[in-house]
Amino acid sequence: MLKLFVIIPAYNEEKTIAPVVRGVFASNPDAQVVVVDDGSSDKTARLAKESGAVVLQHVINRGQGAALQTGNTYALRAGADVIVHFDADGQFEPREISKLVEPITRAEAEVALGSRFLKNNAIPLSKKYLILPLARLVNFIFTGLWLSDAHNGFRAMTGRAAGLIKINQDRMAHNSEIVRQIKEKKLSFVEAPVTVHYHRYGQGVSGGFKIIKDLLFGKFVC
Amino acid sequence: MLIQILLSLFILFAVLKISGRFRAKEVTAGPLFFWLVFWLAVGVVVWQPNLSTEVANRLGVGRGSDLVLYVAVAVLFYMIFRLTVRLEKIEKNITKVVREVAINKESL
Repeated sequence: MLKLFVIIPAYNEEKTIAPVVRGVFASNPDAQVVVVDDGSSDKTARLAKESGAVVLQHVINRGQGAALQTGNTYALRAGADVIVHFDADGQFEPREISKLVEPITRAEAEVALGSRFLKNNAIPLSKKYLILPLARLVNFIFTGLWLSDAHNGFRAMTGRAAGLIKINQDRMAHNSEIVRQIKEKKLSFVEAPVTVHYHRYGQGVSGGFKIIKDLLFGKFVC
Repeated sequence: MLIQILLSLFILFAVLKISGRFRAKEVTAGPLFFWLVFWLAVGVVVWQPNLSTEVANRLGVGRGSDLVLYVAVAVLFYMIFRLTVRLEKIEKNITKVVREVAINKESL
């Protein structure tokens, strides 16, 4: 049987982490759920553990990209066949994990990326027509891939792909970085429609600029 | 002039500091030498401004103090660049340590 690991980076998500973990288990009983607690000051780690997840704790906050890489490293050492990245704030549907895992188990692709545009989602208008198209453009400039969705944290990949993708961007620019490495390492990928529930607006425009800054700087440092 | 006396006092202060660090074995002979030469040069420029103007003129800069400023700005920018790169590297190393601690603690 395939070893499926679901990685959930979480930073102060005590309100949502328990139902999210339980939801993932409910629709994927065989999965290993790994919550990477990124230095939360609230009860995230304890609640995740009580819900049955393996909890990896960052002593200090290092950012979402760093947390995902910690989850990847752990899962690979534990012999993961398939790794799924999932959000802790409840914006994704646990039962859609199988939709992303399927193309991988059927060997159609090594990476499956969730896309909120291949489906009718209630996306805030300014986000749909202003921020996201800009994000797609920035993504294309830095990665060379035109995707229907620029920044979606819902993805699945084979263990081999996860081993090749090295997330160096500790903060939020890891999304573009992952896409760039998919192209660089010539990994086959598919996009699959996923539901996104907007509880919060997300990063907004200033967050977007921070990502561009990180990406530019990453070009010099890495 | 007053500025010459003030700067000289500062140079004296800096030299005393660095030699104190050297005696406390916090600084090795290399940096000590560098800073002594540096502050000596500053002292020369403070008391013989015409000397720096002469050098500046040869380089095509009007005044000695302008030359000092240009060089200082260039050096500072370069140092900021190096520091930023260094800082980013330290950040990445911290992340690596935090990651290993997190994974090892779980597998205990």
